[in-house]
Amino acid sequence: MRTFGKNSIKSAFEWILLTILAQKKQLVIPGELVAKGEYDPDLNVYKDGENIYSTMIGLFEYQGSRISVVPLKHCYFPFVDDIIIGRITDVGMSGWSVDINSPYSAMLPVTEFGARQNYPRKRETTQSLRVGDLVKAKIIAFDRSRDPLLSARDRELGKITGGRMIKITPSKIPRLIGKEGSMINLLKKESACSLSVGQNGIVLVTCNSPKNEEVVVELIKMIEHEAHTQGLTDRVSEVINRKLRGV
Amino acid sequence: MYKLVKPDPSKNLINDKGLRSDGRRPDELRSIKLQVGVLDNADGSAYIEQGKNKIIAGVYGPREIHPKHLIISDRAAIRCRYRMAPFSTDERKHPAPSRREVEISKVIREALEPSVLSEYYPRTVIDIFIEALQCDGGTRCASIVAASLALADAGIPLKELVSSCSVGKVKGHVIVDLYDLEDKYGEADLPIALMPNHNLVTLIQMDGKLSKEEFDKAFNMALEGCRKIRNLQNDALKRKYKLESDTENSKDSKEEVK
Repeated sequence: MRTFGKNSIKSAFEWILLTILAQKKQLVIPGELVAKGEYDPDLNVYKDGENIYSTMIGLFEYQGSRISVVPLKHCYFPFVDDIIIGRITDVGMSGWSVDINSPYSAMLPVTEFGARQNYPRKRETTQSLRVGDLVKAKIIAFDRSRDPLLSARDRELGKITGGRMIKITPSKIPRLIGKEGSMINLLKKESACSLSVGQNGIVLVTCNSPKNEEVVVELIKMIEHEAHTQGLTDRVSEVINRKLRGV
Repeated sequence: MYKLVKPDPSKNLINDKGLRSDGRRPDELRSIKLQVGVLDNADGSAYIEQGKNKIIAGVYGPREIHPKHLIISDRAAIRCRYRMAPFSTDERKHPAPSRREVEISKVIREALEPSVLSEYYPRTVIDIFIEALQCDGGTRCASIVAASLALADAGIPLKELVSSCSVGKVKGHVIVDLYDLEDKYGEADLPIALMPNHNLVTLIQMDGKLSKEEFDKAFNMALEGCRKIRNLQNDALKRKYKLESDTENSKDSKEEVK
């Protein structure tokens, strides 16, 4: 919280000028006035003079002086270092085009695919990845003027050979992962499934038991729907208890 | 075959009590019904019924742009197509795009463009499709209202929603929200689109003649109408997304009962 300096009339005045007009997790719509005064506009809000407005349908959030809105629905905008899951849409001479569930299609060059010492490489790009194959990759370059560039040269990256793909809204991914991975680790531990999460809203579930897979898919859908509610981790573990352990 | 002889409609547009031919007061809007998210396949959609007007709007995007030469390197391009269904008017409308449809598509696009934060998604396109299913005057305004809601529903960042409303003059009276007869036999028609928070007029066109005093009066009436419509838009949007969180809450409580 903001503290006032001793005998500082000015800061007291500032305090009066600063008003937050919405509550945390309140539903806001584009053009809605959410705060007034010296706040820092963060994601999905904009400042017009003194006033801060929302630009999206979403839930209002603030932390200190940073004001933001978590959108309920939006499209994935690539960021460098994001791990994503994409689908090959085209095979070229020197690489692949990848659909990464965003307005921009990404490029995966041959030099960025395969293990480090994988020489001699397969002679044809079609031999390693075909149209429709899924890859897990990392965005290594992206700016507003060029399409994103991918790399799959890492231990956990590369072609995906099995599992079940689920699409969720990209803004819900942080909730699925949880604080320091608490939610995703809970799911992994309890279901004995391997989960890989793409920042672009695509989740891959690989399980040995079809029953567990079913439960995990259901839980992911539940997390997506109830991302903004309180005590979600407790409810998730309750469902796990009921369905997986049969308690 | 016999011909029905209609009296000249322009004589009865306003009666002695100052009521219009459909029973409305001069400053009264038609009843408006708005619904958001009516289509599953579009990224965002909205439906509007304004009197006898029935219009549906769908939005795709931001998505990759084809053909590539339409790319704008620093922001998203916006494309808009307004179309009237062949059965939307009392005389069948030929399905080919008419001059009027091309014009309305253009003015709707230009009315919505200032509200879209298109610089967030450079080199992409946002497509807006508007289908007028039934037309009864003032469809360009109703289309703007629906399309703006559809843009918000698609998760496209907007400065604010755009509201729109028409005003005009019949038999010397300034009236708001003209319907088909008033549009055809009236003396003036003035559609306006507004971003109320910014006090920004994004569309203004005029048919017919208005004196300066009449124009000022009409303009203020249009702003008032736009603000009323804006409240309806806000409600429609919140209703859809509130509904989703409500069902979640009720689901929660059901689980607890189990």
